[in-house]
This record gives sequence, structure tokens and C-alpha cells, in this order.
Amino acid sequence: MPDLKMAEAAKSALATAGANVLTVENLQAWYGESHILHGIDFKVNAGEVVTLLGRNGAGKTTTLKSVMGIIGKRTGSIRFDNQDITRASSDKIARMGVALCPEERGIFASLDVRENLLLPPIVRSGGLTLDQIFDLFPNLKERLNSQGTKLSGGEQQMLAIARILRTGARFLMLDEPTEGLAPVIIQQIGHTIARLKKEGFTILLVEQNFRFAATVADRYYIVEHGKIIDGFANSELEANMDKLHTYLGV
Amino acid sequence: MQALYAQLLVGLINGSFYALLSLGLAVIFGMLNIINFAHGALYMMGAFCAYFLLNLAGIGYWPALILAPIVVGIFGMILERTMLQWLSGLDHLYGLLLTFGIALIVQGLFQNYFGSSGLPYAIPDELKGGINLGFMFLPIYRGWVVVFSLVVCIATWYLIEKTRLGANLRAATENPTLVRAFGINVPRMITLTYGLGVGLAALAGVLSAPINQVRPLMGADLIIVVFAVVVIGGMGSIMGSIITGFALGVIEGLTKYVYPEASNTVVFVLMVLVLLVKPTGLTGRAA
Repeated sequence: MPDLKMAEAAKSALATAGANVLTVENLQAWYGESHILHGIDFKVNAGEVVTLLGRNGAGKTTTLKSVMGIIGKRTGSIRFDNQDITRASSDKIARMGVALCPEERGIFASLDVRENLLLPPIVRSGGLTLDQIFDLFPNLKERLNSQGTKLSGGEQQMLAIARILRTGARFLMLDEPTEGLAPVIIQQIGHTIARLKKEGFTILLVEQNFRFAATVADRYYIVEHGKIIDGFANSELEANMDKLHTYLGV
Repeated sequence: MQALYAQLLVGLINGSFYALLSLGLAVIFGMLNIINFAHGALYMMGAFCAYFLLNLAGIGYWPALILAPIVVGIFGMILERTMLQWLSGLDHLYGLLLTFGIALIVQGLFQNYFGSSGLPYAIPDELKGGINLGFMFLPIYRGWVVVFSLVVCIATWYLIEKTRLGANLRAATENPTLVRAFGINVPRMITLTYGLGVGLAALAGVLSAPINQVRPLMGADLIIVVFAVVVIGGMGSIMGSIITGFALGVIEGLTKYVYPEASNTVVFVLMVLVLLVKPTGLTGRAA
């Protein structure tokens, strides 16, 4: 009987942690001749916010791009929803429900805000409606007819997040969404991420600002020289503070 | 005065062809980053396609206006799939050389079978004759070419600047990698865009068949001027290439009236002036 109980407990623990969404094993990636990722291993479970921390050039962005399928040469194994996507093309990966909000935001200058917002096609049902998006980001509604790149940095970041919420993708990869933004906007983006998490989105976040990450993340992985060198849960953040300072050099 | 109007009309007609061709070149350059030197040959193929449809299958002008752009467009898409796509990411020079080579081969083949002289293509019955406008005599077919080209140009502009499909296209011109990462099949879009640009060239070919006859080198003569038009207007601007196309046709026409000796060179003189003052072209964006 106790065995059964333990199995039961393990099962419910698994259920709260959520099913495995993304598993990356021994991921190596190259930009042309330069070898950037030297064996990245990590997992993301459904409903989690997982943050990759690390110095500039450690390989965080390259990891996201590899998962998205936009790094030309990559080896190892990337599994999403139990399907191997290591060799899939980025449009196929996107249609499986993976969405990327890139570091440089990728707002299109030749498109107005509405066109930017409507650009990513709906890949499955269950995405946010335009009303829900304007509820999250009221600024965007007033600027629908502006040229995309005429928005402020904060508004561009909101637009970059907003447009991938429409598509129905449930796994979002956000690359440094707070970079270069004013504290009040960072706070708003933090609230948004918290709300998305509450609504069941799974989020893989890349951040240099771990004070911001601490407000939203469940778990952390430390990336250094193209490898994952450490990982811990948010509850262990305090205990790992010293290590973290060494890793990030702050 | 009659002569002035007549030259203006000729200018507008030439402007129609310049506009249709430079529009296609601009669309192709924007999306594929390729300077499509085969454009003149594809324009010629459009005219020959109409000629074949009529003489081999008895299919007349009106269906040819739709069929020829589709047939030549498909030929273009095959070229893109089998050859041009491998040049993405390389220097412009490679695309230019490849398409230039394709143009020479296609024109050479047609010249081998049809010689250099023109084959006749009759004006469709519905558009024969002319109207006396009081100040000038307007051949109906020529009026039709100008109006129809204008409509096609505006429609293409609308498609690219105002529709969802056009937004995808503009976005993919800016950042194809990201657009693909949103789930849009960019390689297919590139193929279709090349098909569209080629189709416009073929359409211009059909329109010109009753005016200029059907000749293997009809495109080679025209394309040099069209490239000057594109340089003046600026690559990558849709409305810019339409307006410049028509405007330069008219300027050429006016020059024929004022100082005929300069009519063949006026476009190139303008090109040099524009290059000196604004190297990206009148409406071009900086690279």
C-alpha cells in the first residue's frame, strides 16, 4: 500500500509540474565556422517559466534560435511535444506551436502596427483574441495605424510579445524582453508574463537581469561557453546567490 | 500640336511597358535580391506565347492575356526552383550573371527558330479603329494598353501595400528568417513572387504584340531602358517604379517632339543625373 501511495504522490507531483514540453539534449550549434553551443541539456515542463541566465555571448540566444530552427548547423536532439524537431525547418516548428519573440524584437518597418500584429499566422486554436491582447496592452490599440518602428521601445516590445499570443502557440520563447526598457515598462512586462503563466502558457525566457527573472521564473539554467553549467529552482535562488554572482559577474 | 499629342501618346504607351516591367523587376529584387536580367527575354516569351496560342491552338487575344502570363510565370517559377534559389545569400553579381545567361540562351533559341524579323499579331477586332478626340486621333488599342497597364499596376500596388498577403511579402523582404519562424513558408512565397514578376513581364509582352510585332529580340532592346528606369526610380519601391515608368515614357515622348535626336539618350542622361545626386534612386530606400 505505501508503494501505491508513493506512486500516487509521484504522479500528482508530475501532474503539477506538468508534462514535458521541451527536451534539449547535447545540442551543439554553429554560426558558419564558429562553434557556439557545445552540448546544451535542459528541459521545460508544461506551465513552467524557465529562464536561461548567463553572460553576453554565452549562447542563450543561440539556444533559442536552435530550438526555433533558424541556426543552420545544429546537432544533438531537440524534442517538442514528444516529436523530434532537431532537423525541422523553422516554419514547421512554428506551426507545431513554438513561438519566438526575438531579442532585436523584429518589428517590421514596412508594416504598420496592425499588420505587424496580424503577421504571424494562426497555427492552432486557443490563441488570444485581439480584444484580450488590447486588454493586456492598451497602448497598442491606440497606435494600430502607426508604422511599426515608430513605436517607443517599450511599445515595440509589447507588440513583439502581443503578436505571438494571437497564434495559438502555447510555448513562448522570449529573448531578453526587458533589455533597454524603463523600470515601469519592465514591471508591466513582468505582470504580462505572470498572467500568461497563470493562463497556462509555457515560457522559456532568456535574461541577463536575474532580478527581473526572479519575479516570474520557476527554474533557472546557467549557460556558460555554450554549455549548461548549473540549474536550480526559484525557491533555491537565495541559497545560490553567491554562485550566481560569480556566474554572471555582477 | 497634333504631333505633340501623338508623341505624348507614344510616350504613354512606352511608359506602360516600362512601368509593367520595372514593377516586376522591383518586386523580384525586393524579395529575391536578384537583378533579373532575364526579364526582357520573359517579356518576349509572353508575346510569343500569345502568338503560339493563336497560331497553333486558335486561342485569341483575350484568353492569351490571362494564359500567357500564367504559362510564362510557371516557366519562371521552374527557373527559380531549379536555379535562382541556390543563389540566395550570394552577391548580386551571381544572380545578374545567371539571369543574363538565361536571357541569352532563351533569345538565342528563339532567334534560331524565328530569325530576327517580326511576326505579325493582329489587334483584336473589339479594339480596332480609333476615336477622334477633336485635338487628336486615338487608336483604341493604344488607349486600351495605357488604361489596362495602369489598372494592372495599381492592382499590383494594392496587392502588395494594402493586403494581408502583401504584408507577408513586405515583412519577408525585410526579415525572411523571422517571417519563416512565424510559420510562413517563405521559400514558396519567394517562388510565387518570382512567378508574379515574370507574369507581369509576360503580360506586357502580350500587350505589345499587336503594336510592336513579335520578335525574339523585342525584350533585349527594351530591357536596357527599363533598367535605367529602375535605377532612376529606385529598386524596391512599388509606386516609385510605376510612376517613374510612366513619367519617363512621357519625357521620352516629349523629347521626340522637342529634340528628336536626344530621344534615345534622354533616359540615360537622367539616369546619370539621378545617380550623381541620389544614388539610391528617386524613391529608393538606402540599402
